[in-house]
Amino acid sequence: MSMVQLLQTNAQAAPPKPRPRVRLLPYLLSLPALLVCVAILVPFVTAAVYSLQRYRLNLPYLRGFIGAGNYIDFLSDPAFWNTFRISITYTAVTVVLELLLGLGIALLLRRPTRFHNAVSIMLLLPLMTAPAIAALMWKLMTNPSFGILSYLVGLFGVTDFKWASDPSSALFTVVLVDVWVYTPFIMILLLAGLRSLPQQPFEAAALDGVPASFVFFRITLPMLAPYIITASLFRLLDSIQQFDIIYAMTQGGPGDRLMVFQVQAYLEFFQYTNVGRSAALLMILWLITNILSNIFIKNWLRLRERAHGHA
Amino acid sequence: MEHSSLAGRIFRGVALTLILIFFMFPIVWIFLMSFQTNEQILRIPPRILFEPTLANYEALISGQLRTAAGNLQISFMRNLFNSVVLSSAAVVLALLLGVPAAYAFARFKFRLGESIAFTLLSFRFAPPLLVLLPLSLYYQELGLNDTYFGIVWVYQLIALPLILWIVRGYFEDISPDIEHAYRLAGHSWREAFTRIAVPLAGPGIAAAGLLSFIFCWNNFVFALILASADKQPVTVGALAFVTASGIQYGQIAAAIVLSVTPTLLLALYAQRYLVEGLSLGAVKG
Repeated sequence: MSMVQLLQTNAQAAPPKPRPRVRLLPYLLSLPALLVCVAILVPFVTAAVYSLQRYRLNLPYLRGFIGAGNYIDFLSDPAFWNTFRISITYTAVTVVLELLLGLGIALLLRRPTRFHNAVSIMLLLPLMTAPAIAALMWKLMTNPSFGILSYLVGLFGVTDFKWASDPSSALFTVVLVDVWVYTPFIMILLLAGLRSLPQQPFEAAALDGVPASFVFFRITLPMLAPYIITASLFRLLDSIQQFDIIYAMTQGGPGDRLMVFQVQAYLEFFQYTNVGRSAALLMILWLITNILSNIFIKNWLRLRERAHGHA
Repeated sequence: MEHSSLAGRIFRGVALTLILIFFMFPIVWIFLMSFQTNEQILRIPPRILFEPTLANYEALISGQLRTAAGNLQISFMRNLFNSVVLSSAAVVLALLLGVPAAYAFARFKFRLGESIAFTLLSFRFAPPLLVLLPLSLYYQELGLNDTYFGIVWVYQLIALPLILWIVRGYFEDISPDIEHAYRLAGHSWREAFTRIAVPLAGPGIAAAGLLSFIFCWNNFVFALILASADKQPVTVGALAFVTASGIQYGQIAAAIVLSVTPTLLLALYAQRYLVEGLSLGAVKG
């Protein structure tokens, strides 16, 4: 816009007075985002309705409402309880391992030296690898005929280790991939937390000669707690919904050894074309994540308020 | 307390070495593998030193895969192209929709704004299949199945919350006084928005855009359900490629390298903002 035009607009616009248009403005600006919300909510409500129906794509004439039928069927269905158990196990094991490992690495890299920063940047690479691709990488490395990891465990006398294709080691293998991808997530959040902690308590403790273990359990951990809670809840919610790594690795197999919620829902839908059952399964998963994310959002809001209170 | 005993220093050194090996080795190993012939890969024991070949990349780029059973047509380059198109379009759309909304949420406290922000946030944590499976049925009826537009639209589920929450934080950090002063000088809100607020929040907007690009690129399940072969991005394409190519391990490794290189480079470039991005602004880096 030229200077002249600018002056003209100024002349027309001045003096600026509050017009009713301004009250509409926020709504106009957020209209597109609202549209996206609606576009998400419609399929969501649809899924809720499907979950109350007998609905199979291959038997459309049988379609009808059966109330909580799909849900009640799950109660006596060993396949459902298998899925439930494996999802919970997978989530608990990955989150605990990643939390311990991530915290340990963050503590090691705490001092902001050039070398430590370089290491923390390198550790971002697994996290930025697509999880499905990461699973393929590990699949190549654990291939029984040429995989480097199969070769390495062979050097230790373990000759017949079948990684993801053996029911007894499948869970271990996908957990390993999950830990490889997501530990850096916990690490960088906790590292940011550690480095933002006020230094006075630590200096005072050092002056008084307080033992390191006391400093860690009584000063570091409590001050870091909000970060630990945020990071682990993020991971908890992602982990219980894990799909990419498991699907790319074994599609839930061998057998149903790695059948977690979303993989089972996917197979119910596309393999058995049982839309109703698939939807009910996902609603149960949604309920679980919703309970978890409510805890998260409450905690998150507190964090946010505190951050803004400081500013 | 940090730089104490010799034993402590040795322990830290060993621990950091092990950590670096665990996290870096897979990337390095697959990278090396992508320059090996199948014979070199199958050799036991594996060797670190080998005569590198570009044959795997040539096969991928030319689309001609030579296997024991004859020539196989592959479209991995097509997948790569799809990833670029889908992720870029999704980010552009999300910025156009998200930045004004983020501004509205930051400047005007209104109930609808909070509801939208939280709905999108909570769906960031909902099972993606819950939305995708019914959506795939709708898409079939609407004819959106297997279209770029349809996929870009669902990618908003990834990109939009990220942009809304990060950019909103940046707008909130800018004092509204500057905009007030500018508006008192007779400028419209639109001028205040485009000339003051957006440039000041520029780094945040750029970071949110880059991160959304990475997350769209890395997404797997959306396109697995909504796209057929000629619209699939690399994440889905690579998996199909593994099944199709069978034992052409060198080419699989090369495909993996090509799939992850763009995001890894972008991540290194945007690493300053990753902490905020990954935590949706919950933790400031």
